[in-house]
Amino acid sequence: MSFFDLKGLLQPLTGIRQFGKKPHTIKLPDLLLNTADRYRGLHHNDLEACIGCGNCSTICQNEAIDMINLENIEHKDGDSGLRPRVDNGRCCWCALCVDVCPTGSLNLTKDYIFTSEDANDFLWIPGVDNPEGNNNLSFTSDTNTSLSMYQRVPMRELDGKERVKSFAEVVLGYSEEEARREAQRCISCGLCTNVCPDHMHIPEYINAIAKGNDADALKIIYDNNPFPEMCGKVCTRRCEEVCAIEVRGEAVAIRWLKRYATETAPTAEKIKEIVNPVIKESNGFKVGIIGAGPAGLTASYYLALRGFDVTIYEAQAHAGGMTMYGIPKYRFPLDSIDKQVDYMKSIGVKIKYNTKVGKDISFEDLYKNNDAIFAGIGFQNAWTLGIENEDIPGSIPAVDYLNIINRGDSYDVGKKVVVIGGGNVAIDGARVSKRYGADVTILYRRRVEDMPADWEEIEGAEDEDIHIATQTIPTRIIKGDDGKVKAIEYLKANMVADDKGGRPRPVAIEGSETILECDTVIGAIGQEADYSWLPESFKDKIEVKRGMMIVVNEFNQTGDHKVFAGGDAVNKTADAISAIADGYAAVIGIENYLVKK
Amino acid sequence: MREKETTLYIGPQHPGITGNMMVKLKVTGDTIISSSTHVGYLHRAFEKLIEQRNWLQSFTILCRFCVPEPDPMELTYARAVEELEGREVPERAKYIRVMVMELARLQSFMLWYAGQSGSAGLYTLGQWSVGDRNYVLDLFEMLTGGRVYHMYIWPGGVRRDLPEGFKEKTLKTMDYLEKRLDQYNQMLFDNTIFQKRAQGVGVIPKDKAIEWGVVGAPLRGCGIKSDVRIDEPYEVYDKLDFIVPTAEGGDIWARALVRKEEIRQSISIIRQVLDKMPEGEYYNRVPNPMKWTIPAGQVYTRTESVRGEIGFYVASDGSDKPRRVHVKGAAYTHGVTVLDKVLKGQNIADVSFILNSLGVCPPEIER
Repeated sequence: MSFFDLKGLLQPLTGIRQFGKKPHTIKLPDLLLNTADRYRGLHHNDLEACIGCGNCSTICQNEAIDMINLENIEHKDGDSGLRPRVDNGRCCWCALCVDVCPTGSLNLTKDYIFTSEDANDFLWIPGVDNPEGNNNLSFTSDTNTSLSMYQRVPMRELDGKERVKSFAEVVLGYSEEEARREAQRCISCGLCTNVCPDHMHIPEYINAIAKGNDADALKIIYDNNPFPEMCGKVCTRRCEEVCAIEVRGEAVAIRWLKRYATETAPTAEKIKEIVNPVIKESNGFKVGIIGAGPAGLTASYYLALRGFDVTIYEAQAHAGGMTMYGIPKYRFPLDSIDKQVDYMKSIGVKIKYNTKVGKDISFEDLYKNNDAIFAGIGFQNAWTLGIENEDIPGSIPAVDYLNIINRGDSYDVGKKVVVIGGGNVAIDGARVSKRYGADVTILYRRRVEDMPADWEEIEGAEDEDIHIATQTIPTRIIKGDDGKVKAIEYLKANMVADDKGGRPRPVAIEGSETILECDTVIGAIGQEADYSWLPESFKDKIEVKRGMMIVVNEFNQTGDHKVFAGGDAVNKTADAISAIADGYAAVIGIENYLVKK
Repeated sequence: MREKETTLYIGPQHPGITGNMMVKLKVTGDTIISSSTHVGYLHRAFEKLIEQRNWLQSFTILCRFCVPEPDPMELTYARAVEELEGREVPERAKYIRVMVMELARLQSFMLWYAGQSGSAGLYTLGQWSVGDRNYVLDLFEMLTGGRVYHMYIWPGGVRRDLPEGFKEKTLKTMDYLEKRLDQYNQMLFDNTIFQKRAQGVGVIPKDKAIEWGVVGAPLRGCGIKSDVRIDEPYEVYDKLDFIVPTAEGGDIWARALVRKEEIRQSISIIRQVLDKMPEGEYYNRVPNPMKWTIPAGQVYTRTESVRGEIGFYVASDGSDKPRRVHVKGAAYTHGVTVLDKVLKGQNIADVSFILNSLGVCPPEIER
């Protein structure tokens, strides 16, 4: 090629053709238009939908997001009260925060222009600083694109037709693989810990299960709950109601994961080996516990660990309280109770069975011989239905009925059973009767969605062909010629909105009397405590509100500082986990009262 | 008068340097006697940063290894993790990935046009190609939400499915670019100035190329046919029809000829992929990233980028974070070991010209 390559010199001049063309450049203000529908611009947070789980802050690798308190947003159940604040000077708009947001409240917008001389101006609270961003959302996540795992690993159960033939445990438990998979769904936000009455270390033990450290999980659980197997099977699990994943999907199966962790220790010895508890030297204080229910057992376990001499006085022949005598064995088998109680005994808890305080031993004696008393007496007495012929043969309160069955005796329910109530006890009564071959109907005043029973229990009952007749108000029990129950009469009801903003009330429809033939009527509309053990002389100090609830302070200490109380008789929720929490709180209280005073 | 040996520093702030690095030259007159590459001006310890993050979090750092072509990093990492875990990738995702890779090559080629012509003093073409590159970036914006850093390919597939109208828009853009390429080539390859600057300059001898570890277009410019997409096909490259061009000479001109043809191949691949792409899932969901662990093991995956082969060595100890991630990028060999050798005897003005033809990306050297 010579230096004077004419073609090579002239060819580039063809570029002159471009002179007449329109430039690429777009001038203001058109420049601000038309970012793509998926554009990853500035954040926007729907403050109402956000629950402050902090997952966005955790995933952010630039540490651009921190969680802060806002003035008009308050902490409540299922909402930490915190909201994300984004440092737009650090953010790289990767939108991982959007993809891990379990509620879908945090999104990116099409907006991308912001200028300021002050670096602090770049700290934005999405949703507060750009409330109009809501109209401009671009990069969003739905349940398909989100990285949260919204589907729960289903629990294997006995088939509905199969399980009504026996009292075999219905729930079969997770396999190791299933448990790992389920545990992986947890995002460790800790909203559950907040609502758990016992504030169990839920994210921590789920994390241990996810990592395959089952023993660690059990050890973490035993830190403040000595009854994990019971909670793993029958807990009312308020934790799952506030699970961050539950907002758009199915809550993490916290209860089943706890159950899985406990199943890795099949015997009391194994529990002891794993938990490896440190038992302090005796401190010389004696504590008497009334009732071997969840509250009493919890208090005694942790007191024994702290070096107290603990004796439980139990009226029945078996420990466990209402979890032993109230909950049917297909939900919570006897082995499970025994295993946990045996473990407690192995660390020094003493239990005196068939010893009813107020009858076999007086409260005064107990008071005199111990340095502190803890009363976990439970709700033994059923509320009456308040209808005609309630006391005739064939009509029985559910707690009494379950007690008879659970202690191993039998009760003839006949062919047709009617259960009145919508709580867990009602469902228990119904499902137990079904196992005796009866045709069971539940009468409930409100709708199914209003039933206080666990949704899984309601589903379980439906699987077992138990009929739930809703919006029905029983009016009287009809006596047969033999003096026994022959039928029940009820009125149908309409739901009427409550003027004061409460839940809708059932109002009976006049003339809608319906008669349902049955052999047994089981009333399950609530229970209350029996205070016959408490002598009159103590009643001025130990206050019993409206004859029902014992008044206690935050450490479950009553007006008589030597006496502590917990469980159903103290808290309104009347569930096992609250009882455990009471027991644990009382341990701190007793220790403060006796050792640290 | 005897010419005195002088030391010159090009960079770290210099328009002819392809990023934050510095080339220290020893020259007599205009002739380079020796050179050495100095990096460390943007040290971010990418590899260590990745090791401190969980398996998913790190995918947002990967693109920062190389600004002009971030996507091959995402893909190589994603493939390494998938191989370690044994995770299947849906067929549709594989096609989308290949499309993204070729779009990334395309926009990277456009930058190369600008760099290569600009460093020869031909500024018009650079204005054109960077302008046209924006049309490719528009496609990326539509697909991923980001223009330069896409953070789109992640373990298990891709992040979002193709948006509505994407295929049509892409085909339209391809038609436009193809038309423009002829004009580009008139401006560059037919240009005497470029020919004279490029021919015989920055020569990598064919017999040394493999020994020096040269990869990508510089290696193919030595007449050696080597391309990971053909040698060890990944995703769906084995189902596509394309050629790997080579040229003889080992100089800048040969590398330019290779790239000239590769751009057309990329456009062809994008059309094929859009045509053959099946319907279906685009993502095989990974578990909750906070608790996602990868079985212990180690793996080396490689991908063909515009600069050549890049490889990721990823080791897992079974935890939720990588134990070790090591990046073998094309820029390391090209920018450090090869550059010193090819600069010897060249003129000062050729430094940035050669750097551009080798495709040196400093963050990839520092990783």
